[in-house]
Amino acid sequence: MIDDIDRRSFLGLGLGAFAATAASLPEAAVAQVRTNARIVIIGAGAAGTALANRLVGRLDGAAITLVDPRAQHLYQPGLTLVAAGLKPADYVVSETTDWLPSGVTLVTERAEGVDPVRKTVRTSGGQTLDYDFLILAPGLVLDHDAIEGFSLDMVGQNGIGALYAGPEYAAKTWQAASAFAENGGRGLFTRPATEMKCAGAPLKHTFLIDDRARRAGNASKMDMVYVSNNDSLFGVPIVSEKVRMVFGDRGITPVYSHVLKAIDAGRKIATFTTPDGDAELDYDYIHVIPPQRAPDFVRQSGLSWADRWVDQGWAEVDKSTLRHLRYDTIFAVGDVAGVPKGKTAASVKWQVPVVEDHLVAAIEGREGTETYNGYTSCPLITRIGRAMLVEFDYNNNLVPSFPGIIAPLEELWISWLMKEVALKATYNAMLRGRA
Amino acid sequence: MKDLTFGTLIAVFEEIFGAGLFWAMVVIAALVTAAYFYVLIRDRSVSWRKFLLAQLSMPVGAILAILFVQNVTSSSFSDIGGPVDVIVLLGVGVAGAIGMAILVYTVQSLVKGRPGEKEALN
Repeated sequence: MIDDIDRRSFLGLGLGAFAATAASLPEAAVAQVRTNARIVIIGAGAAGTALANRLVGRLDGAAITLVDPRAQHLYQPGLTLVAAGLKPADYVVSETTDWLPSGVTLVTERAEGVDPVRKTVRTSGGQTLDYDFLILAPGLVLDHDAIEGFSLDMVGQNGIGALYAGPEYAAKTWQAASAFAENGGRGLFTRPATEMKCAGAPLKHTFLIDDRARRAGNASKMDMVYVSNNDSLFGVPIVSEKVRMVFGDRGITPVYSHVLKAIDAGRKIATFTTPDGDAELDYDYIHVIPPQRAPDFVRQSGLSWADRWVDQGWAEVDKSTLRHLRYDTIFAVGDVAGVPKGKTAASVKWQVPVVEDHLVAAIEGREGTETYNGYTSCPLITRIGRAMLVEFDYNNNLVPSFPGIIAPLEELWISWLMKEVALKATYNAMLRGRA
Repeated sequence: MKDLTFGTLIAVFEEIFGAGLFWAMVVIAALVTAAYFYVLIRDRSVSWRKFLLAQLSMPVGAILAILFVQNVTSSSFSDIGGPVDVIVLLGVGVAGAIGMAILVYTVQSLVKGRPGEKEALN
């Protein structure tokens, strides 16, 4: 029987089947919507780029313009790894233009203002861009000046770290943190009182530096202090409790309701605002995360919430549809969106299809149906080689992607593998609009 | 994961290895598998002598696969934190073992040729 099969045709059959499988891989294309809508996207970071790539696939004839002066694209979830000496600074850096689809226009200028009534965007180069739909995706601003006595040129020396500030500062943070892990002393790991990008990152940095010191045999020389801005360690109560227990296991001391106000780099003393007035703590290493706010143009253009986050200026959008509550041709996605959770790349991955759906629906003259439930994911690293895959929504419910398989509140190797191997790949696929 | 489709998985793997390397690996794996079936069909029997060596190579493949994964992810055996981690570890080992066995069997068959060929030549 087997003899009857010509060997060449057998092999050909196998390869043919393989080729057919490969050819059928791209997802079934949804019929494109014909339109001549002008869509302006402010920001070519994770959210703006992912949305642009998806819109190009969904719309035929739309004029899509991205406004962003930054030549570099940053894979921000990698910054904690850079600041723990696990990845080089260039691990997080690529070119903005690497990810943009053909057929869109990139204006390499800053957005300086939006006129939501006339539907125009003003840029730093003096251009006025007309739009039919506007996507706000400019990210957020790190307000380093709000910490008295601190400036970015201090990072890397005298026990000062600030990993949020970008790849070079994350690398400098590792310089300061590795010296601390070697020499021991007291480490203060702070977080701001504002909404912030990835509230897990301050915890990850704490755990990673603790692990580094342990591996160097210096556990006994360390006084690790996590300084929380309020009375919890994480916004989701059940996760906060788990973190408290892991802190107990590692000998990390939590301090509550302390918000960093000033540092005296010469004397190595940090001043915190507390409910009982100012308090001083001395340190050998301090990790500074400044208050975080929407870019000024959002507030100045009247797009911010008037009665919530008044010191921060996040865009006033519906938390399910991400559509502006007063201007229905404007959406906000990513860090700038004024929603209770979701300043992470994982949130962006969930938000972008929602905005895409409502935008395309609006072009077609119907209502969109997709909703965003506040999903956020945080592979909360608890040491090199282990993490907890924490996923939650607006209601502080845990929403595990792999229920019964990957326990969200266990320190697992598989969760670390995901962060280490699959996360950047998934992020990149998201940027291309494919995940 | 939202919409964890086959297409998403392919996209993720393309990003992990780079599209060129990923598809090259897929093609190599497919070729080795095809070659394996080719020698099975050609020889019309499993050579137990070759299979013995292939079996002996399995632990080597398992260990190499595990060490490779640990090496590229800065982790070690002490990071195993729960049952699912043991399953992943075993899965990596099994994949390495099977891959190695198929490779060793196929290479032997291709290099040494068909059984009985030598007798025919003599």
